Amino acid sequence: MSNLTAPVATAIRKKLSSNLNVLHLDILNDSYMHNVPKGAETHFKVVVVSDQFNGLSLIKRHRIIHDLLKDELQNGVHALSIEAKTPDQWDPKDVPEKSPPCKGGFGL
Amino acid sequence: MTLFKMNVINKSNLMIRNAVAFAKFSTLKSAEEIKQLIDKNKVVLFMKGVPEEPKCGFSNAVVQILRMHGVTYDSYDVLKDESLRQGIKEYSKWPTVPQVFINGELIGGCDIMLSMHQSGDLIEELQKAGIKSALLEQKDTKGSN
Repeated sequence: MSNLTAPVATAIRKKLSSNLNVLHLDILNDSYMHNVPKGAETHFKVVVVSDQFNGLSLIKRHRIIHDLLKDELQNGVHALSIEAKTPDQWDPKDVPEKSPPCKGGFGL
Repeated sequence: MTLFKMNVINKSNLMIRNAVAFAKFSTLKSAEEIKQLIDKNKVVLFMKGVPEEPKCGFSNAVVQILRMHGVTYDSYDVLKDESLRQGIKEYSKWPTVPQVFINGELIGGCDIMLSMHQSGDLIEELQKAGIKSALLEQKDTKGSN
């Protein structure tokens, strides 16, 4: 996807890949599942596999990602689902857990 | 006369500024107020909607997980209270809702709860807080049969 069509997804990819030693990175735009305009970039899921998560609790891994994506979370990204795995925990055949359906509440 | 008018305008400006400052201040629940809520029960959930009717898929998933483990908990609807919605994020330095606290400590949101549920770590975490998961009881019953 180009910068023109998905600037937020592109920024997320850039920030995560340049700050974490990622072995695998998936950025999924789940916005279509929610009550937002077509093409919106409000709800994301990221799958991040990095050896930098070795020995870190899930909460610490999430905090690292929250911190890297602070600007996005403050400016328009309402939901961010995270799968943060170490290379040992990751199987290339893994399919990301599907995000639950929206139930109507709006905002972060 | 002009001076009087200016005074009135200045005074009303000041009143508006004060009102704005107060509104900003009051849109955030203090850390102390939030800590009191969190300390009221061993398991506390901040969510969108109520357990009987969650207003967000992520909140709903957490409610279902806690239900499976037979956990009793306090829940607070952030959609009902903007000061709580902003306050809880500030308190825990966690940008999203839902948020689950066990024994006063932030465990995480939907992803972490789901992951801990799948790995069995949630049973252990509850045990640390002196809560026996209903899933463990089911296993015990099955084991003794």
